[in-house]
Amino acid sequence: MRPSPAALVAVAGEQPLERAQAPVTAAAVLDLLAGGEAAPSPASSLPQDGEPRLRLLRRVGIADPDSIDDYRAHGGYAALRHAFALGPEGVLREVKDSKLVGRGGAAFPTGVKWEAVARQPARPHYLVCNADESEPGTFKDRELMEGDPFAVIEAMTIAAFATGCERGYLYIRGEYPEARERLEHALAQARHRGFLGESVMGEGFSFDVEIRRGAGAYICGEETAIFESIEGRRGEPRNKPPFPVEVGLFGKPTVVNNVETLVNVLGVVLGSGPSFAEVGTEGSTGTKLLCLSGHVARPGTYEIAFGVTLRQVLDLAGGVPGGRPLRAVLMGGAAGGFLGPGDLDVPLTFEGARAAGTTLGSGVVLVLDDTVDLPRLLQRIAAFFRDESCGQCVPCRVGTVRQEEALARLVAGEPRGGVETELALIAEVGQCMRDSSICGLGQTASSALESAIRRLPVFEGSGT
Amino acid sequence: MSELLAPRRMVELEVDGQPVRVFEGSTILDACRRLEIDTPTLCYGETLEPANVCRVCVVELEGSRVLVPSCSRKAEAGMKVHTDSERVRLSRKLVLELLASSVDLSTTPVAAGYLERYDAEPGRFGPPAPPSDDRDRARTGHHEAPDGRTAATVQQPVKVDNELYVRDYAKCILCYRCVDACGEQHQNTFAIAVAGRGFDARISTELATPLPESACVYCGNCIEVCPTGALVFRSEHELRAAGDWREEEQTVTETTCPYCGVGCSLELHVQSNRIVKVTSPADHDITLGNLCIKGRFGFSHVQD
Repeated sequence: MRPSPAALVAVAGEQPLERAQAPVTAAAVLDLLAGGEAAPSPASSLPQDGEPRLRLLRRVGIADPDSIDDYRAHGGYAALRHAFALGPEGVLREVKDSKLVGRGGAAFPTGVKWEAVARQPARPHYLVCNADESEPGTFKDRELMEGDPFAVIEAMTIAAFATGCERGYLYIRGEYPEARERLEHALAQARHRGFLGESVMGEGFSFDVEIRRGAGAYICGEETAIFESIEGRRGEPRNKPPFPVEVGLFGKPTVVNNVETLVNVLGVVLGSGPSFAEVGTEGSTGTKLLCLSGHVARPGTYEIAFGVTLRQVLDLAGGVPGGRPLRAVLMGGAAGGFLGPGDLDVPLTFEGARAAGTTLGSGVVLVLDDTVDLPRLLQRIAAFFRDESCGQCVPCRVGTVRQEEALARLVAGEPRGGVETELALIAEVGQCMRDSSICGLGQTASSALESAIRRLPVFEGSGT
Repeated sequence: MSELLAPRRMVELEVDGQPVRVFEGSTILDACRRLEIDTPTLCYGETLEPANVCRVCVVELEGSRVLVPSCSRKAEAGMKVHTDSERVRLSRKLVLELLASSVDLSTTPVAAGYLERYDAEPGRFGPPAPPSDDRDRARTGHHEAPDGRTAATVQQPVKVDNELYVRDYAKCILCYRCVDACGEQHQNTFAIAVAGRGFDARISTELATPLPESACVYCGNCIEVCPTGALVFRSEHELRAAGDWREEEQTVTETTCPYCGVGCSLELHVQSNRIVKVTSPADHDITLGNLCIKGRFGFSHVQD
C-alpha cells in the first residue's frame, strides 16, 4: 500500500479554516473547502494501547482529553499537589535525583537546567515549553498534546513552581491545529478551576501559560530561535553563551523544555527521583517515546524503557513488512544518523547511540527496506537543510548548498575529480558546519549524510 | 561611589601559549589584537555589536565542543585559546571558499589576502551558476534541485533605483551590518531587514520595494558599514563601471558639516577635483561614522 501523505489545510478570512487532513486527496481537500468535515483522525497510532506499564502514554486514548474531571479521575493534578508539599527545593532535588535528561534531542540534564534558572537573581524567570516538534519523522509530542493536554499543562506548572517562573509560553508548531485547540481548551478549564492563574490550587503560587504558534520554520524549534520568534522577531538562533538559563526570553533567565521532558516530570514528582531512575540505564533513566515510521508493520509512537535494543523495538513494531530485508534505519531524524542491518543490537540509550556513532535525538526510528533509493533519500535530506537553514551564518547557509550540489553530482555519476574527491569535499564542508555553525541545525545538518557515507554502501567506496 | 573609583577588573587568559591580560568584558578578538595576532574578520564592525555570523574569526577554545567566534566570545580567566590549529585553519578556509564561490568579493578589500593566507580554492565547487534576476521573489522553503554542474551564487543585477546610492547584492556576504546600522543600533529607521531563508536569505526593503518607496531616509549609514562594496555611492558605482575609479589618486579632505549645529566631521573623498564620496571617521566620538542625508549626499553645490 502506498502511504498517503497528511496535509494542513488552511484558509484565511473572516471564518478561517484550519484542519489537518490525513490521508489527503484532492477530493478530500475540495470537500473541506466546500464546508465538509475533515476526515476523522486516523486510527490510533499507539500500538501499545492498554499496556499497563506505560508511563508517559498511560492516559493517552484512555482519559478524555477535553475533560479536566476525567484527567483528575486518572491521577491528574496529584503530581502538582505533591510538588507543593515538596516545595521548590524538594522538586529540584527529585528531578536531579531522577537523572532525567532532555528529550528534545540534546539530552541535557533537566535538573541542572532547572537549578541554574532557580538560582538566578534576575526576575522574572520564564518557562518555554518547546512544542515546535519539527524534526522530520517525529510525532510523539503531538500524541501527548492531543491525547493528554492537561498533563503538559500540569508539568509546566510544576516546572514553573520549581524554577520561580511566573509565566510560561507554549510554542506549538502551526501544523498542529488539533493539539492547539485541545491545549487552549485545557488551559481555559485549568484556569477556571484554579489550576492556573492567581494562587494555583490556593497555594499562593501564581502562574499562567500563553500559547504561541510557529509558522512552519524548522529553525524555530532551536532553543534560542524560539525566543526570537516569541519576541516577535525573525526566528534566528542566538550565539551561546550567554545560555538561556542566564539570558533567555526577553533577556531573562529561561527554562526551555521539550513536551516529553516535561511530561516525564509528573512521574518523577509522583514517585521519587530514585524510583524514576530504576527504569532504564545508568546514563539514560526512565522511558522514551520512539516514533516508528517507514517500513514497519505497525508504525506509531512507542514507549520503551531505555536499554532495549533496536532489534527488540523493530520486533515490537512487527518488523519489516512483506518479509523484505532491512536496508537501513535512520535514527534521530534528518539531523540524526543511519544504522545498518548489522547494528540491530545497539542498545537504545543516549550513551549507546553515541557509542554507535548515531543519536537517539528526539526518538525517530525511520525504517527503510531494500526498495528505498538511499541516494535519493540523502538528496531529500540535503534539500531539507538547504531550505530550513535560517541563512544567518556562512557555514550552514552555503555549506548546505555545496553538499547538495556534490550529492547531485555523485547521484548523476558525474563526480568532479572522482568519487573520493567528492566524498572528501562533503566531509570538509561538514566539518566546518559542525565546528563553526552558530546553532545545532548547522552543526548537525551534515550528520545523516556523513553517517550514510560512513556506514552504508551508497556510493562507490562508501560504507566500508 | 567606591565603584566609580575602582580600577576595571582584568582577566588573564592564554592565546597560542602566550599569557595576556585584558579588561573584563573584552572579547577573545581584543586579546588576539593585544598580542598582535592577526585575526581575519568580515562581519565584525568596529562601531556595531558583533553579529558573529560570518564565522571567519573562529578560534579553538580548550574545553569547547565547537569553535567559538572570537569577535563576540568574552574573554574569561584561564581560557586557553588556539588561533592557528588545524581545525581553525580548516574552518576559516572553508568559510572563505564558501563565500568566495557564492559572492563577488572583488571589492572586499581584505578578501584576496585572506583567501591566499588560507589556501582557499573556491573554484573546487565548480564554475559559478549564471546570474539570477528573481532572488527577490524566491519562495521560502522551495528551491530547484541542483544538478551540481555549477555552483549556486548570489549573482544578480545591481539595484540602481535612486540618485544617491546603489545596492549590488551580488557582492553581499550577509554580514547584517547594514541592517543593524539602519535599525536599532544606529539609525532606528528599519528600512531594511533580512528576508527569505537559507541560501535565499537576502537584505531587502519591505516587500522588496525600490528604495524611494521604502522607509529609507538616505542617511547612507549602511554604506559606511558595508565591508564588501555592495552598498556604494552612485558616483562610485558609475566611476567603477566606466573604469575610472582611481582610489590611489583620491585625496581626503577633512572638514566640518555646515548644515546644522552638531558639527559632524566629514571626510570628502576627491578625485579629479570632484567629490566622489563622503564619509565620517568611524572612530569619531560623536558620529561613529554616521551622518544624515545632508552631510552624506548634500555636496553638489560645492562643485556645480
